[in-house]
Amino acid sequence: MTEITFRQALQRGLREALDADPNVFLMGEDIGKYDGAYAVTQGLLEKYGPDRVRDTPISEAAFVGAGVGAAVAGLRPVVELMSMSFSLVASDQIVNMAAKIRYMSGGQLKVPLVLRAPTGGGVQLAATHSQSFENWYASVPGLKVVTPSTPYDALGLLRSSIEDDNPVVFAENALLYATRGDVPDGEYLVPIGVADVKRTGTDITLVGWAHGIVTLMAAAEKLAETGVSAEVVDLRSLRPLDMETVIESVEKTGRALVLDENWRTAGFGAELAAEIGYRSSDYLDGPVARVGGTDTPSPYSRPLEQLGIPQVAWVIDEIEKTYGI
Amino acid sequence: MYTRGQVRGFLHLYIGEEAIAVGAISQLLPHDYIVTHYRDHGHALARGLDPNRVMAELFGRIDGLSKGKGGSMHLFDTEKGFIGGHAIVGGQFPLAAGLALSHQYRKSDGVCVVFFGDGSTNQGTYHEVMNLAAVWKLPILFFLENNLYGMGSRFDRVRAGGEDFYPGAATYGIDHTAVVDGMDVMAVQEATKLALESIRSGNGPAFIEAKTFRFQGHSMADPVKYRDRLETEAWEARDPLNTFPRDLLDQNLFTEAEMEEIRSSVDAEVVVAIKFAEDSPFPPDEELFTDIYA
Ligand SMILES: Cc1ncc(C[n+]2csc(CCOP(=O)(O)OP(=O)(O)O)c2C)c(N)n1
Ligand SMILES: [Mg+2]
Repeated sequence: MTEITFRQALQRGLREALDADPNVFLMGEDIGKYDGAYAVTQGLLEKYGPDRVRDTPISEAAFVGAGVGAAVAGLRPVVELMSMSFSLVASDQIVNMAAKIRYMSGGQLKVPLVLRAPTGGGVQLAATHSQSFENWYASVPGLKVVTPSTPYDALGLLRSSIEDDNPVVFAENALLYATRGDVPDGEYLVPIGVADVKRTGTDITLVGWAHGIVTLMAAAEKLAETGVSAEVVDLRSLRPLDMETVIESVEKTGRALVLDENWRTAGFGAELAAEIGYRSSDYLDGPVARVGGTDTPSPYSRPLEQLGIPQVAWVIDEIEKTYGI
Repeated sequence: MYTRGQVRGFLHLYIGEEAIAVGAISQLLPHDYIVTHYRDHGHALARGLDPNRVMAELFGRIDGLSKGKGGSMHLFDTEKGFIGGHAIVGGQFPLAAGLALSHQYRKSDGVCVVFFGDGSTNQGTYHEVMNLAAVWKLPILFFLENNLYGMGSRFDRVRAGGEDFYPGAATYGIDHTAVVDGMDVMAVQEATKLALESIRSGNGPAFIEAKTFRFQGHSMADPVKYRDRLETEAWEARDPLNTFPRDLLDQNLFTEAEMEEIRSSVDAEVVVAIKFAEDSPFPPDEELFTDIYA
């Protein structure tokens, strides 16, 4: 095991995939000569050359769509979007092309494409640069949506995403890039669609994904101080969704809280809460507790921005309010 | 102020490109609209937006133009027809078309100027809006600030169409096109004057390409590893903040003392703006939910 950052884990995943399969290539805005806006692809142009590490014009619709085409022809493009917010410029290519082609062609074609993108807010980039949209893409049949929270998961899931024959939206919460964790020294995969219990407990199940796990782990720590034993379930991917692991945990603890850092209304947290309630109502001590981001665009001003982002205290308060513990 | 942590997020400096905003915007009428990108402070100040309120916006304070909610990339002032800094590359073109359409619809002689960078010409919206504007003869001035780079990508690494962009406009049926030295404020002014005359007399859109250079990195986060310092120095030698005053002195239009007076009054304005921003409080918590209507 070696301790590395989330960013280094992604970079290692890209290197391993480039080394393993000549059909793998990268493209995106300023991923080469500039070394990547978030430095995930730093040094890769030098090592792999401009055929395999391609700088693109600022033309998201064109290069994401070209990724779909190259994937259909059997290559394995890994496309970086500089921000998930910019994926909207290419959303037609993602939703109407990447997600549909296999089905509409009666299975003749496959789209082994990975779309990597930084997500999330918290660093004063204001309303148009602080969004995630993994929620939205998770509602589209035909896409896989992967949302790692640790370096270990990021590396293993990225390798699985690149090996997958279907389009994967790979959400990288930018607040995680500098976080650290242990990864094995050898190559490994983390399967897509398998949730992970990040902390075991007996009194309540806390469900989340990506950066939300950082908040939930801190909340679990805090709850332990008052004698509440929380279990933290990291979904790791929103589609496919491993509901079994969630339900198993909820039926053990009898309580559930769902954290969705995106807008609370009509978000993925709502889907989870509904499904947990539907499947496990006989086991629950009360309604499924919910914490979500406020339903506002992300303001630039720091105190206002922080006010809209779910905090550990919100989780604690919501549990207290719902279950009285 | 950025390095002191007062201004945060993304901040894109306009240093080196000042002659464009100053020259072009000096020719606009009060009822004309301006739409621009995230590198918008220059345009904002040239249009006469209150420097105190611009600075307060950068600081994220309540007295900012947008109450601190927009930040440096999103400056707005409706009273000045300043309809935004916009941070999605290419996002501003359709908005500009709509604003221009409103002038046409109301039979006003108003124009919308849209500023954009070389990199943004690779977005679909650029091409779609040029076509739309030409077909509908919209009163819109496309103003390209060609600073040769879009982030770390020099134009010739992301474009096969050569170093001049303005000839492309003609292929959409935009008849009035011009290329101008973006380091020469008088040349920019003259080119803008002619373009606006053409638009206001009902000929439809016009296109100006100004050749320029940003002296600093793309944003404060950019270590500028992708270009040669010599290239920057060559452009810095043509800094309009030096060359223009020198020309005025050479032509005896200003004395050194008058020039010094202008410089120190600008310095004083900056000091006042910083003080204003520092004294302005952060927005109250309720502001998170104002202007949310559903
Ligand atoms: C749709 C979209 N893609 C990418 C970005 C990231 N980005 C911001 S500015 C920029 C470069 C734009 O270059 P140019 O249009 O030449 O303007 P300049 O910054 O040189 O003034 C990029 C890639 C973005 N903001 N929006
Ligand atoms: Mg540029």
